[in-house]
Amino acid sequence: MKFQSQAVAKPYFIFALALFAGQIIFGLVMGLQYIVGDFLFPYLPFNVARMVHTNLLIVWLLFGFMGASYYLVPEECDTELHSPLLAKILFWVFAAAGVATILGYLLVPYAELAEITYNHLLPTMGREFLEQPTITKVGIVIVCLGFIYNIGMTILKGRKTVINMVLITGLIGLAVFFLFSFYNPSNLVLDKFFWWFVVHLWVEGVWELILGAILAFTLIKVTGVDREVIEKWLYVIIAMALISGLIGMGHHYFWIGPGEYWLWLGSIFSALEPIPFFMMVVFAFRMVRERRHDHGNKIATTWALGTAVMAFLGAGVWGFIHTLAPVNYYTHGSQITAAHGHLAFFGAYAMIVMTIISYAMPIMRGRPQGNSAASQKVERFAFWTMCLSMLGITLALTVAGAYQVALQRLPEDSAALTFMMTQEKIMPIYWARLVFGVTFFAGLVAYFVSFFVKGENVEVKQEESTPTVCCGSCS
Amino acid sequence: MADNFNKGMARNIYYGGGVFFFLLLLGLTFDTMLELPERDHRENITEAVAHGKEIWENNNCIGCHSLMGEGAYFAPELANVYDRYGAGNEEAFKQFMQSWMAMQPLPTEGRRKMPQFNLSEEEVNALTDFLIWTSRIDDNDWPPNKQG
Ligand code: HEC
Ligand code: HEM
Ligand code: HEM
Repeated sequence: MKFQSQAVAKPYFIFALALFAGQIIFGLVMGLQYIVGDFLFPYLPFNVARMVHTNLLIVWLLFGFMGASYYLVPEECDTELHSPLLAKILFWVFAAAGVATILGYLLVPYAELAEITYNHLLPTMGREFLEQPTITKVGIVIVCLGFIYNIGMTILKGRKTVINMVLITGLIGLAVFFLFSFYNPSNLVLDKFFWWFVVHLWVEGVWELILGAILAFTLIKVTGVDREVIEKWLYVIIAMALISGLIGMGHHYFWIGPGEYWLWLGSIFSALEPIPFFMMVVFAFRMVRERRHDHGNKIATTWALGTAVMAFLGAGVWGFIHTLAPVNYYTHGSQITAAHGHLAFFGAYAMIVMTIISYAMPIMRGRPQGNSAASQKVERFAFWTMCLSMLGITLALTVAGAYQVALQRLPEDSAALTFMMTQEKIMPIYWARLVFGVTFFAGLVAYFVSFFVKGENVEVKQEESTPTVCCGSCS
Repeated sequence: MADNFNKGMARNIYYGGGVFFFLLLLGLTFDTMLELPERDHRENITEAVAHGKEIWENNNCIGCHSLMGEGAYFAPELANVYDRYGAGNEEAFKQFMQSWMAMQPLPTEGRRKMPQFNLSEEEVNALTDFLIWTSRIDDNDWPPNKQG
């Protein structure tokens, strides 16, 4: 670690992973509720479990992005963080607000939560992913502003590299687009139209900038490749992300009210959206192939490559299969959507957070060359178990979705099965999904275990020709 | 990437492309705002419809159901539930909704459950008005059939 203040990232990472575990437990509950419909009813209705699952996901990713920024921005800027104290305070504020909100979901009926938190003053609740009480949303905005101020001041006083400029652009975009969550008119069409300004412009817009910046940073560190080369790639990737993704938002406007030209615009531009993800794969493998030193933290490199590949599969391939309007007409809001949502979120954003954790945590724990070989072995097992399980979940849901479309959507009115009858037919596949969910959880447990595995820390032997090997912090 | 393609060019594509397409998005958004009144029949958003939307949100119906294909995939699509059960008769559909909401949760063991929300008759009527209004939005003929 180059600067003391980078260490504020540690609690962010640890808390993020704790929330991740919570997310998966609620995922498994839902996986079972899909099959045994009355499991835990009425104590934990499906909608509550779902809110907890998706909100924990978003919050832990935000913790991860914040941790990543606190770690990498001082290093990129070549200066201490503007205010480590502010970062610590915001950590506790955000953690407390997050926990209180989740407890609110679990302990009081949602309608009561809306009442207690005076939702009628500024109604923002009850929309997918934006279920948080208005007061929590205000809290999120305040935390984000404080965070961006802190990161921004650090960048202002330090070196302005491409990576930290791209990162801060992404973070500002994240905060700005979140403001659309406060707009909730009684006109459902307008509500939905601008709801996507939060959701789409996050995951298929500004978050890709954050993803690209973290990936580029990690690759510089573990490969030692020249910054110029990496920065050029980063620019091209995020350029393609914005060029395709901004108008690509049209793929969400097919069936919710907006006019017909979105069928064309959405299909054409979103069909280009896989390009930046594909470029990320080429980029990551190329940088690793052209590496200038062999970093002892091998598993961090694996995570970086894995992120690129899994993000391409989840967002690129699974996004593409249902993004053209004539296809989406049949798959819209089916299990195909769930398949894509899972692989994309996991492959792109969950994995990039685990990538930076895998690289930075050992350094913060005084192991500049990564964890011991024994620990890395366990982490590698966890990596493969989680990735393969998630692919299993995705494939299961894809089969489920295709079957659902065939039974419920394709036939004429009279021949089509009802939603509930279709779900009955899909049951065996939901079992398969649940089994992969359980193996995913096993992978997650192994991942946690890897943090506690001791063993000789990696000392990289020096060969005559290669330059001195360090943690990469100085490049 | 080719060597004669340098970082400056890449940066220009990023800034130029980003700004251009963002402005294009704003323009299209503006255009859509002009077009929407003809498609969303907003003149029919009565107080009851607006109240219905609030009840829909306050009870997190979207956490199990989808509405125009967005939301959760655990329970039936509801933007066309009026077409499914109402057969064009608003009164009949209101009756259906009153009894449906009062019946929950259904006793069938192992079947997916919908909670009892304890809504008043007036609230269920508002909710119903909201669902009827929603079913009439011009959504390019989605879903493909009645089952949604
Ligand atoms: C915990 C999950 C859950 C929540 C929350 C929920 N529902 Fe349901 N709903 C269901 C399930 C499951 C069914 C299918 C029941 C069956 O067929 O046995 C259903 C069916 C329905 C139906 C009949 C649809 C059809 O095509 O048969 C209507 C109408 C309905 N719900 C309205 C609502 C409204 C309005 C709300 C919010 C106030 C709501 N639901 C909240 C789970 C839920
Ligand atoms: C990492 C990036 C991405 C993430 C995290 C992501 C995530 C999601 C999620 C969670 C949904 C469901 C939204 C809802 O609940 O209504 C969704 C929908 C969708 N995504 Fe993505 N996505 C990503 C990238 C892409 C890309 C690149 C494409 C196209 C090539 C794409 C195409 C779609 C489409 C067409 C839908 C609508 C599905 C439907 O009609 O139900 N996504 N995405
Ligand atoms: C490991 C076991 C997991 C199981 C069993 C599981 C199960 C589920 C279920 C049942 C839903 C609700 C689908 C519906 O609305 O009907 C859901 C939603 C969702 N889950 Fe998971 N999940 C798991 C892990 C994950 C992981 C690791 C991620 C991402 C990192 C994730 C991201 C999401 C997202 C984004 C949604 C919303 C999807 C959408 O709206 O299309 N889940 N999950």
